[in-house]
Amino acid sequence: MWTYLLRRLGLALVLLWVVATVLFFSIHLLPGDPALLILGGDAAQASPEQILRVRARLGLDRPLLVQYGAWLGRVLRGDLGTSLIDERSVAGDLANRLPRTLQLVVPATLLAVGLGVPLGMFAARRRGRLADPAASAVALAGFSMPVFVVGMLLVFVFSLRLRWLPPTGYVPPAEDLAAFLRHLALPVIALAAAPLATVMRMTRSSFLEEASRDFVRTARAKGLEERIVAWRHVLRNALLPVTSIVGLQVGSMFAGAVLVEYIFSWPGINALLLNSLGTRDYPVIQGVVLLGSVLFVAVNLLTDLCYGLVNPRIRHG
Amino acid sequence: MADATTPGATPPPTAAPLTRAAASGSPAVPELVPTRPRRLWTRSRQVLLAGPIVGLLVVAAALAPFLSRADPNALNPRAKAQPPTFAHLLGTDEFGRDLLSRLLHGARITLIVGLSSVAVAAAAGTLLGSAAAYARGPVETGIMRVMDGLLCFPPILLGIFVVTFLGPSLRNLILVIAVLYVPRFTRVVHASTLAIRELEYVESARALGASAVRVVAGAILPNIVAPILVQASLAAGHAILLESGLSFLGLGPPPPTPSWGRMVEQSGRFMQLSVLPLLWPSAAISFTVLAFNLLGDGLRDLLDPRLRRGT
Repeated sequence: MWTYLLRRLGLALVLLWVVATVLFFSIHLLPGDPALLILGGDAAQASPEQILRVRARLGLDRPLLVQYGAWLGRVLRGDLGTSLIDERSVAGDLANRLPRTLQLVVPATLLAVGLGVPLGMFAARRRGRLADPAASAVALAGFSMPVFVVGMLLVFVFSLRLRWLPPTGYVPPAEDLAAFLRHLALPVIALAAAPLATVMRMTRSSFLEEASRDFVRTARAKGLEERIVAWRHVLRNALLPVTSIVGLQVGSMFAGAVLVEYIFSWPGINALLLNSLGTRDYPVIQGVVLLGSVLFVAVNLLTDLCYGLVNPRIRHG
Repeated sequence: MADATTPGATPPPTAAPLTRAAASGSPAVPELVPTRPRRLWTRSRQVLLAGPIVGLLVVAAALAPFLSRADPNALNPRAKAQPPTFAHLLGTDEFGRDLLSRLLHGARITLIVGLSSVAVAAAAGTLLGSAAAYARGPVETGIMRVMDGLLCFPPILLGIFVVTFLGPSLRNLILVIAVLYVPRFTRVVHASTLAIRELEYVESARALGASAVRVVAGAILPNIVAPILVQASLAAGHAILLESGLSFLGLGPPPPTPSWGRMVEQSGRFMQLSVLPLLWPSAAISFTVLAFNLLGDGLRDLLDPRLRRGT
């Protein structure tokens, strides 16, 4: 287990280094002068003073490898630079906003797993009856709908028509917990819809596969109740592949949060990114993409570790 | 997840070398299995359902100007947010533009971006994947590690990053989506090539003195077309989701070009006025993605009986 853990951790660190490197060089790889790209890509719009200022601010006038080394060193110390617009610390802004993005992703994960697994199991146990194809069809539709379409439709139905929930906005939970939860409901449902469908489909197919194994027949043959066979024998084994799918889904939820934060004016890390697009605030954009990728890699690492933890074949292998 | 109706229990006739490849635990090498007509329906319902939808979509996009005569960008202040009429079969949006025209012309953008980015990604991925698997050694390690790195970026974040600094345009959108999907194809081609590069007929081609390019192009590629096709169909669905998401954020082709993602965003602002302009493009994106997903799933079942329909 320890060698497995260390190997996975080492690999994750290497991947993070690759990510940081790709991200650093991407602005230099894009055709054109980086300073010009940051200022709007057109030489006519940016004055020579502006170009010189951006070059000096970002150290673009130094040799590329020196810039790269300095940047890596700063990133390792947690310094992501300051905004070109308002001089605020990017790392500080991200630290303030990260909890608000997690307030979306964590409940959405719980919802997707908490509903997806039982629904998938329900569909599998009603195989061949109406409930199964109906549930599968809903699931298929669920993960073909883009997250922003689900979000817009939720706003239309629950805010505009039924007037049950506010369409946009954010209230800190410390200020007013009830209001926080009411603002939280729609974004979380929008974010959880596609992962829920995926978890459900995976649980269903995995449950059906395990249910046809010999040990299940043995369990039935020795007279165990069907309920115990389903929960203790089939489900526990069926959840193995579901574990890894959940990890992937959490990763994609961080990506989906970009659109959800936009629709619901939710002030998370992605909203910071979207606010900075218009002004091409390079350090902020770079910082958000870096943090997003770190989260992505971290979630994948955690998934692998969880998988190793629940799967004895890997734990001992 | 073999359906009761699916004759998954009867193993299809497979050539001997392929059985060996599968038995050695390497990724399966699919081949087209001859199927009796009656079984075709039960085995490939999804392909038979989704194929025509995709075909229809392509035709609709190609014939957009003939199917709906109205100019998709013509503003008409006197016909704002109208319900469907004979003049405007799907109604008009908040600026009085004909929704059917905008939807059909939007299909062009969606399909052009979706299909050409996948085509570019498939071509690049095939080149890189087969090169990695055939060359082995440091070339393989280098290519595959870079692909792992690319897969670490949440696609939409990298898309936003690149499009912001390159500027929103059709070409940039296609390029960035293509780059994001290269790793998938590289992995699939790499795995499939590894599985068959040691087979006798590949060896015999080498023994006859064929060059590396000739062996890969002549002996290996024709045998891994099936997994590439499956991947392409699934990737097209994802690419369309990504394209519509980026367009939704205003990073698609600049207005007034009608794109489905932007239509959803803009009509969302006016949903109090009328919800139809929001519903049409929403449904269009969802059904298109659904069709490509079904097509990919179905092709996987049809072309490779050994791979079960998972998620």
